[in-house]
Amino acid sequence: MLHEQQKKALKAAFPHTVPILTGFLFLGFAYGIYMHSAGLSVVYTFFMASLIYGGSLELLAVGFLLGPFAPMETLFLAIMIQLRHLFYGIAMLDKFPKKGWKHFYLIFGMCDESFSINYSTKIPEGVDPGWFMFFVTLLNQIYWVLGSCLGTLLGNVLPFSTEGIDFVMTALFAVIFLDQFLKEKNHFSSLLGLGVSILSLVIFKAEHFILPAMLGILSIFLLAKPKLERQFMEAKKS
Amino acid sequence: MTVWQRIIIIALCILGTMLTRFLPFILFQKNTPKTVQYLGKALPPASFALLLVYCLRNVQLFSGNQGLPEFLSLGLTILMHCWKRNMLLSIFSGTVLYMLFQQGILALPF
Repeated sequence: MLHEQQKKALKAAFPHTVPILTGFLFLGFAYGIYMHSAGLSVVYTFFMASLIYGGSLELLAVGFLLGPFAPMETLFLAIMIQLRHLFYGIAMLDKFPKKGWKHFYLIFGMCDESFSINYSTKIPEGVDPGWFMFFVTLLNQIYWVLGSCLGTLLGNVLPFSTEGIDFVMTALFAVIFLDQFLKEKNHFSSLLGLGVSILSLVIFKAEHFILPAMLGILSIFLLAKPKLERQFMEAKKS
Repeated sequence: MTVWQRIIIIALCILGTMLTRFLPFILFQKNTPKTVQYLGKALPPASFALLLVYCLRNVQLFSGNQGLPEFLSLGLTILMHCWKRNMLLSIFSGTVLYMLFQQGILALPF
């Protein structure tokens, strides 16, 4: 069924997705229960989970679906919430395969988690990077859709409390940030991102801090380009 | 809302998401300006930091337990990672500690 090359990529990809397996199954399940309690059927859950495929927007979309019909507001909010993907796309420009259906699928499925893994993982020798990233993206998406649909179908049936399990995502991003921090020679970008994001959070509060943080990070990088350009372009070549 | 209105709302959420995912590739794939290449290298560490702060955005520093469960669990994750460098171990130990706090199995002494 799978070729040797694909099997190898799947085997290499799976261990990297295990934290997300846990996170997405449970978070998806919670989202599914929310859909169920909002009276939306599993058909909605399936299409929203697999086609929007972005947790925070899907949760918000439940509100849009129950409220008055407001298409322009919906589109605007959707773009605002998802704006951070622009940064991911810019980073993956020369990492994703340049064309074909895999190119399309990798961009389509580029959620926070898949981006973080695909960008930061050192893909082992002999494993095809395109297939590796494909399986990371596909597995993550399967976990999310499966968790969401199960949650909608089963409702509140888990026999044990999973309260607090959402921390698995925080821990995942902490570890990815730490790994990056430990291996980079120049901490400018890491520290800048941390500083500007925290400052923006303090000023603009949780609901609105992302856009100002992104603009702040972007403008500082553009202003500092003459100084930083050579460092960044050379550091990653070696 | 009618079914069609719902479908339009979902379609717009898909459109908004995909615009943000595809736009850089549509604009820069064929011919990547130097500045965008530079940003591609410079932005990721800052993006990881932004994601981390995003996950912690609802922590209340000045009320309730002042974010102690979050920061202790994060601290354990970081310590484990510096010690063992095992991604799964670091993530799961921090998460289990956080769940123990959240479910009141482990209580903070103050």
